Amino acid sequence: MITRVLAAGLAAGFVAGLLVALLQHFTTTPLILAAEVYENQVALDARPGVVLSGMHGARLILAHVGHDAAPGAEAGDAWAPADGLERTVYASTVTVATAVGFAFLLLAGMLVAGDAIDRQRALSWAAAGFVVTGLAPAFGLPPELPGMHAADLLDRQVWWIGTAVATATGLWLLLRSRGVALPVLGLALLLAPHVIGAPHPADAGAGRVPAELAARFASVSLSVHAVLWVLVGVLAGWFWQRNETPVVAEA
Amino acid sequence: MNAQAHSAPLSVAGQRSESLKAAAVALLLGTVLVFTAGFSHSATIHNAGHDTRHALSFPCH
Repeated sequence: MITRVLAAGLAAGFVAGLLVALLQHFTTTPLILAAEVYENQVALDARPGVVLSGMHGARLILAHVGHDAAPGAEAGDAWAPADGLERTVYASTVTVATAVGFAFLLLAGMLVAGDAIDRQRALSWAAAGFVVTGLAPAFGLPPELPGMHAADLLDRQVWWIGTAVATATGLWLLLRSRGVALPVLGLALLLAPHVIGAPHPADAGAGRVPAELAARFASVSLSVHAVLWVLVGVLAGWFWQRNETPVVAEA
Repeated sequence: MNAQAHSAPLSVAGQRSESLKAAAVALLLGTVLVFTAGFSHSATIHNAGHDTRHALSFPCH
C-alpha cells in the first residue's frame, strides 16, 4: 500500500508539476519579471529590511536580492540561480516538488477518509485542496508580486498555515460529519481566519508595482494554482487505479 | 458513505491499518515537501523556488 501511494503521488505530482511549470513559464513568470523592474527601483532607494521613513513601521518586501539586485543592494550573500534557463529549471523543480507534496496530501486525505480513489473522487478532493491552499489564503493575502508592500513574513506565513489547516478541518467537518454541532464548528473554522484577519502593512499604498500588474498576477496565479490541483487530482486518481493489482480488485 | 468504499472481504481491519500507515507516510512526505518548497526560511531554498512561491501564492520575502 505504501509503495502504491508513493508511486501514484510521485507520478501524478511529477507530471502535474512539469505541466504547471510550463504554464507558469508563459503566465506568471513574465509578470514576476515585469514586477522586478519596479522592485529594483525600490532597491535603489532602500536596503532590504530597512524601515523607510514615513512608512509607519511597515517593511518593504524586496525579492531575491541575491540574484538580480539593483546596484547598491546587498547582493551575493546567498546563492541564487542565474536569470534565464537556470532560474527556470530551479523554479520548475520546486513547482514539481510542491505538486508531489500536494499529491501526497490528497492521497493521504482520501485514505484516511476511506474513500475509493478514482479520478472523479480525487478531483473533488483536489477542488477542496484548491480551496485550502489557494482560495482561502488568497482571501486574506492576495498572491504577491516582487516589490509589493506586505506585512512581516513570519506573520503572513503563520496566518497562511493557520488558514489552510483551519479551512481543511472546517471543510472536513462541514462535509463529512453528521448532526448539527460538528458542521457548525466546521463553518466557524472556515470563517475564523478571516474574522481574525490577515496581517497587512500599516501603509497599504507604499508599494511601487502598478495595480494593473498586481491585479493580473492575482487572477492568473490563482488560475494556475487551480490548474495544478485539478491536474494533481485527476492524475493521482488515474495513476492510483492504473496500479491496482488484480488481487486487491478481485479478492 | 465511507464503509461502502471497500469491497475486499480479506481482512478489513488489516486493510484499514495498511491504509492508515500509508496515509501517515504520505501526510508526512507531503507536509515536508510543501513546507520546504513554500515556507523554508533558508535563503538558498527561497532563491531557488522564488518564482514558484510567488506563482502559487505562498507568502514570500
